[in-house]
Amino acid sequence: MESIIGFFNDPYINQVLTLTGIYLITALGLHLITGITGQFSFGHAGFMSIGAYTAALLSLHLETPFILNVFIGGLAAGFAGTLLGFPSLRLTGDYLGITTLGFAEIVRIVFINLNITGGARGLAGIPRDTNFTIVLLLAVLSIICMYRIHNSRFGRALTAIREDELAAEAMGINTLLYKVKAFAIGTFFAGIGGGLYAHLIQYLNPADFGVSRSFELLNFVVLGGLGSVPGTILGTTVLTLAPEFLRFVKEYRMLIYSALMVTMMIFRPHGLLGGVNFRKLFLDLVHRIMAQLAKTKNVGGK
Amino acid sequence: MEQIQTFIQLLPQQLVNGITLGATYALIALGYTMVYGIIQLINFAHGEVYMIGAFIGLLMVVYFKVNFFIAIICAILVCVPLAVLIERVAYRPLRGSTRLAPLISALGVSLFLQTLMTLIMGPNAQPFPRIVKDTIYTVGTVKFSLVQVVILLVSSVLMVALHMIVKYTKVGKAMRATSESYETANLMGININRIISFTFAIGAALAGAGGVLVGMYFNSIHPLMGVIVGLKCFCAAVLGGIGSIPGAMLGGVFLGVAEVMGVALGFGTYRDAIAFALLILVLLLKPTGILGKPIQRKV
Amino acid sequence: MTSLLELENITIQFGGLMAVDHVSLKVEKGWISALIGPNGAGKSTIFNMISGLYKPTSGKVFFNGRDITGYKAYKVTSLGIARTFQNIRLFKNLSVLDNVRIGRHCRGSSGLIGALARFPCTKAEEKEIEEKAHEALEVVDLLDKKNELAKNLPYGEQRRLEIARALAADPVLLLLDEPAAGMNIQEKQTLMHMIQNIRAMGITIMLVEHDMSFVMNISDHVDVLNYGQKIAAGTPSEVQNNPDVIEAYLGKEID
Repeated sequence: MESIIGFFNDPYINQVLTLTGIYLITALGLHLITGITGQFSFGHAGFMSIGAYTAALLSLHLETPFILNVFIGGLAAGFAGTLLGFPSLRLTGDYLGITTLGFAEIVRIVFINLNITGGARGLAGIPRDTNFTIVLLLAVLSIICMYRIHNSRFGRALTAIREDELAAEAMGINTLLYKVKAFAIGTFFAGIGGGLYAHLIQYLNPADFGVSRSFELLNFVVLGGLGSVPGTILGTTVLTLAPEFLRFVKEYRMLIYSALMVTMMIFRPHGLLGGVNFRKLFLDLVHRIMAQLAKTKNVGGK
Repeated sequence: MEQIQTFIQLLPQQLVNGITLGATYALIALGYTMVYGIIQLINFAHGEVYMIGAFIGLLMVVYFKVNFFIAIICAILVCVPLAVLIERVAYRPLRGSTRLAPLISALGVSLFLQTLMTLIMGPNAQPFPRIVKDTIYTVGTVKFSLVQVVILLVSSVLMVALHMIVKYTKVGKAMRATSESYETANLMGININRIISFTFAIGAALAGAGGVLVGMYFNSIHPLMGVIVGLKCFCAAVLGGIGSIPGAMLGGVFLGVAEVMGVALGFGTYRDAIAFALLILVLLLKPTGILGKPIQRKV
Repeated sequence: MTSLLELENITIQFGGLMAVDHVSLKVEKGWISALIGPNGAGKSTIFNMISGLYKPTSGKVFFNGRDITGYKAYKVTSLGIARTFQNIRLFKNLSVLDNVRIGRHCRGSSGLIGALARFPCTKAEEKEIEEKAHEALEVVDLLDKKNELAKNLPYGEQRRLEIARALAADPVLLLLDEPAAGMNIQEKQTLMHMIQNIRAMGITIMLVEHDMSFVMNISDHVDVLNYGQKIAAGTPSEVQNNPDVIEAYLGKEID
């Protein structure tokens, strides 16, 4: 027991785990947009940065409570997502992807040019209010939210859009409105993640929210298993922790990582857990154990 | 008021600078548009092919002291097999898979090439030696440097050659047929795999040449130079209408001019945002780009 | 007395092609009405205009006396017109039950907040959706397959699932786009009974179908299209003996 507490108290491990939780919250937002609703977003980091800067600036200048700032950061990102969503969600597939990417790049360049954000030098001195407990709590809450959305009229409408947008519309679903809603919620999660990130790292730089970060988040969602919450959890955890374990290969780390992206897609294009039905697996397992138990009982009876 | 006056005075000069920059964008955008037209994939690794073209040019110029013309040929000779290999290894096995899988694979290749070149060449920018004289020609108030003339000439020749290939050769016809419909093209006896490889090859040739030209123009190259330029050129291709060859040329030049004008008007720090802002604007007004065909909704 | 559905000079052009050219027709309440014609006559296009997926170039669509021309598809569905598709468009990776539940979408109201908070009214609505979905699956005899993925059903059952999904919306008018396509004689017989049962539930049916004996056996009224124009209308026997119709299907007799 003591060693477990010691493990979590180790500042390095604590930091890495907290960061993983933050990325998970952010990635769950993208899971809703891309995994559930089937809409491409290549600019998720841009929305994360909107939440991060909003929350950080509130903390620095207005000194409002931390959790409130993070929440407002989430709302700001969600608002930006809605604003972008209404015109651009008429576009489909790659067009939407590239538009979101462009939007995130514009946001990044604006943050470089603004004075209040500290420009390219970055924004320092943000209080360290994020801790592992809060992140764990919010991550669990996010996972519950995802499951509840998934098993609802709302979530089914989103899945219908992913499966066949035209048929979804013929079923009475206002597809544009639902896509915008999915985008708003997904970007809200990104904003929450950003606010938590700002108060963990204590320093923000627009360069941290560029294209590569957006694609990294996409990897979290796709490599674990697109459309699956356990997949997103697995993808985020493995891909956040892997670089820490791969420190010994130093500069070859990214080479391995990128080669893995290609091989993964060739051998498991749906991701590690894509297409795995956990409920069915669990039921099968229970079935098998019961059968085994019955068998041993019979043998024992003889 | 005074500012506007100077702007108008400098307008012809800015146009020349913009068109030169735009010509290099167009060369790269062509690769994106052709590949997208034929396999509906944003080939994220295309920017890295362009970057490698620039480095091959640099190596040839520094170690073998060749002139720019030979440097361009060598860049093309390396980039073409590279792009064909990328398609063979990372995209072909994923044909008919989900929409996202080839995209992630393309991102993987892009990241792999960036990292590889950073390991080999170091993370810093490398100076590109001046291989073309600094001669300046003056026509009226407009100044052309020799480099600009070379860029405009080389890219025009390449684009005319591309047009000829696509329009008049058998393989060009096969390319156009394949981009209309795989199945029909296949039924007509066209070897789809060969045509796709050929499309990647042509795109890579243009990008490799573009890499050397840009190196000559800005005198500096970098292992990450393909990222932003690649994205911007994809934007240019979408602006012009993805899949359309004249569209990519138009989009590239349009973007080059817009960027130079933007800088001249004092938006220098927003330079990289101009492409994306234009893209969003055009897509919202005409979702298929300037020269794109309208999409009919299929039930 | 207004008709349930009335098309007035409805026209649509794709580029230079007149796909549907000034077609007027009526569907009365309680009918099983068929729309027939050779390939490319514009039958499915008319369905797409009624259901709001295409916007007519000119002309009007009236439903229950209300002008619904140019309404968005989701709005048309909530007014009481549900449809199936010629080239099956199920939500392939979802279960049979989920497909039908989604068909019920337009009759529900709970949104995101309900999903997260699970209010008593949300739970009640979920229960109602589930019951209605079961009823619809029972009509097409697919209840025992409710947990299978839609893509794993055989072809004929996929067609029936499309009908169940449309029924879940509680439609007043049901549009069936080639419901018997690809079915064998036995399956067609079953389908015919199902359609008659659906009519007995008080739902008016309009269908596009190629199988003439199927159409002639089941319909109260038939409209015939050729090259985007309406060439005949009437009871099955009237239409069968109409020389224009015979010509459209068999070609002109050479004297």
